[in-house]
Amino acid sequence: MSTLAGTGALIRLALRRDRTMLAGWIYGLTGFVAATVYGFKKLYPGGVGITIFAATASTNSAFLALYGPMYGISLGSLVAWRDTAVGALGTGLFSVFLMVRHTRADEESGRLELLGSAPVGRHAALVSALVITCCANLVLGAAMTGVAIVLGLPVTGTVAMVAAIIGCGLVFTAVAAVAAQLASTARAARGLAIGLLVGFYLVRALGDAAGPRWVTWLSPIGWAEEIRAFGTIRWWVLALLAVTAVGLAVVAAVLAVHRDYDAGLLPQRPGSPQAAPSLRTPLALAWRLHRAALAAWLVLALVFGGVFGAAAKGIQSLARSSGGMRHAVTQLGGTSQFTDAYFVLVMTMVGLFAAGYAISTVLRLHSEEADGRADPMLATGTGRLAWGLSHLAVAWAGTLLFVLVTGLAAGVGFVATAAGGGSEVGRIVAAALVQVPAALVLAGLAAALFGLVPRASVGGAWSALSVVVLAFLVGTLLQLSHWILDISPFTHVPKLPGSAVSPAPLVWLSVAAVLLTVAGLAGLRRRDIG
Amino acid sequence: MTDAIDVAGLRKSYGKTVALDGLDLTVAPGEVHGFLGPNGSGKTTTIRILLGLLRADGGTARLLGGDPWAQATELHHRLAYVPGDVNLWPNLTGGEVIDLLGRLRGGLDVRRRASLLDRFELNPAVKARAYSKGNRQKVALVAALASDVELLLLDEPTAGLDPLMEAAFRACVREGRSLGRTVLLSSHILSEVEALCDRVTIIRLGRTVETGSLADLRHLTRTSVAAELAAPPVGLDRLAGVHGLEVEGTRMRCEVDTEELDALLKRLTEAGVRSLTCQPPTLEQLFLRHYSGDGPGASDVTAAGERDGAVA
Repeated sequence: MSTLAGTGALIRLALRRDRTMLAGWIYGLTGFVAATVYGFKKLYPGGVGITIFAATASTNSAFLALYGPMYGISLGSLVAWRDTAVGALGTGLFSVFLMVRHTRADEESGRLELLGSAPVGRHAALVSALVITCCANLVLGAAMTGVAIVLGLPVTGTVAMVAAIIGCGLVFTAVAAVAAQLASTARAARGLAIGLLVGFYLVRALGDAAGPRWVTWLSPIGWAEEIRAFGTIRWWVLALLAVTAVGLAVVAAVLAVHRDYDAGLLPQRPGSPQAAPSLRTPLALAWRLHRAALAAWLVLALVFGGVFGAAAKGIQSLARSSGGMRHAVTQLGGTSQFTDAYFVLVMTMVGLFAAGYAISTVLRLHSEEADGRADPMLATGTGRLAWGLSHLAVAWAGTLLFVLVTGLAAGVGFVATAAGGGSEVGRIVAAALVQVPAALVLAGLAAALFGLVPRASVGGAWSALSVVVLAFLVGTLLQLSHWILDISPFTHVPKLPGSAVSPAPLVWLSVAAVLLTVAGLAGLRRRDIG
Repeated sequence: MTDAIDVAGLRKSYGKTVALDGLDLTVAPGEVHGFLGPNGSGKTTTIRILLGLLRADGGTARLLGGDPWAQATELHHRLAYVPGDVNLWPNLTGGEVIDLLGRLRGGLDVRRRASLLDRFELNPAVKARAYSKGNRQKVALVAALASDVELLLLDEPTAGLDPLMEAAFRACVREGRSLGRTVLLSSHILSEVEALCDRVTIIRLGRTVETGSLADLRHLTRTSVAAELAAPPVGLDRLAGVHGLEVEGTRMRCEVDTEELDALLKRLTEAGVRSLTCQPPTLEQLFLRHYSGDGPGASDVTAAGERDGAVA
């Protein structure tokens, strides 16, 4: 039997399973590029002001760290600057999730074992996952290119920029393929591959912001920048991405032969033969299950808060580059103080991240139930309310902690690079904390869906977050007012720092969060489990 | 004394799919009760209703004298459950899961925990994600058996165990019975049910088709008879209750309704018996007879009958 037998059937199966998810990712990432092109066109009509912007972008170290240097002075340059590294990060995430889902996750759940007993070759699962992920990347690339050209970017530069982004997607597809052979669980494989992805993003951030330049060249995401899509294009850098992707894919295929089904190449550490005395309540278990994820989110909070806090210093000069930019930011900020308006923007993003954390934590209830781990808990003296509240409590506390840490990091980052003292830190922390009720409304929605219509909880909660994110992007970049702005809880958050705190929206957002949660718990008490 | 489990006319549907269609089940305190049925017959649904995880659409269910839905948490302190498909938290070790479940149930016997780990040869320091299906099953079994509870609800608990471990499991259940525990054992493994259970309930398509002690159930079925005779037998085919008769010269074999056994033997001795094999019906026959499509009282020769006849 060929080691590739059954590959075609596996590809068709995967496409059948994933068609919605694939469409969602491709739509989202293409929309991200489209929104940037459209937004910059509105901000710099006729290209006026780009020169001033470029001067700031290439001297502000926080901007350099986030997006890298800007090559050329044109609309395309702006888009490539804004989208290459971040787009590579997004495409990399997409590729890692898709790849691990079709290799290690299927192996862990035993689905591949079932298929493996059919005439399916040894390499079929790996190769079919590679084919699916690569094709998804190519479709994504075609969509991005098409949309950017339709919106008016020059063809050659667009192709170079998209090739750079998709090249990174392919490299991280192969990275995930190797990680899926090394780690013995889907979780560990994802963690390894995403850790490398974020690590490479940070390596190029270091190279771009602090130098020396060769540090940027240590990262595939740095290579993507060095293609310089709308400057003097260097096509040969694409070959680096291609060779790396192919090389890693071959390594994955070789590793796949040298391991057993469901086994990894990295050793498993033994654990404790006894439970710690504290592991005796549903809350203790929930904490145990969520603590690693919370730690990762808090690291993100420190990095994100610190970078954006430090970036505030250069924000005044940016304001001079574009009336549209000034307008966009102050419209959202509701204040003429540009730095304050900038922090309002940043803190809304923090709120959206916090909502993402809260939703993923609440939805753990759903995966616990769907995977059959709720049954043994609920067959003990643990009641449904105690079980549900244990995960919700971690979600609430974690959200608060995430927002607090981000606010503190942003405040300290700002005070360290610009002016101000402890009171500035306090103002920025307060601006972060007002996001909490809005984030908890989305957590409450997830809880309500879980309790009342569990099947729709995952899709419903994440769709709600994507609508809210869209409302945020539409509000800031496209400057449209629309009804979706009003259904987003974040639209109603007081615009801190810089304006007066009105407690009313905070109170009714909190009430909404509580009511949704209560509805969810009431539903959970009444419905069937499993 | 109230029954440990008393279920009458239990109904449960998932949309249009009927899972339980008037199921009856009674388990007396201190008895080990076998709960048999093919896949999808409603065993797990019944157990999940008894655990208060599902709400019944109709009928009554009483567990340890209480309402399994309304009083779930109080009742759960008095029982332990082993699911058929054990899923554990991948980043907890087996030992941690055993301790956690035991504590949530209201405490577990540390010495019994140690001896059970020993008997089931389970390494408690391994993360659950690294356990095989059988080892995950052992974790759930140790957690359940180490708890001081009145009732054990076991849903195909030995599906992933090897024969040695299955022997250990049987010993544990027998010990549990000697301590006065009640056990509901849902199973496919007929030899296990035959070896362990005082009474058996057989269900099919969400309905109880047979219940009683093994002796009661055997009475309802046929005995396989094979004999070598001095002369060719006559008139056997006219006897009531004889099925699947095969005669080859002086050798015969057939299945006979147990209550008609006497008449058949008389006729055989008339012809002169050289050798005789009589086999009581196995649970397997009972089982297959009910699953092969026609339910109780079917008069056709079943697959089991034919096969056992051939062996005899």
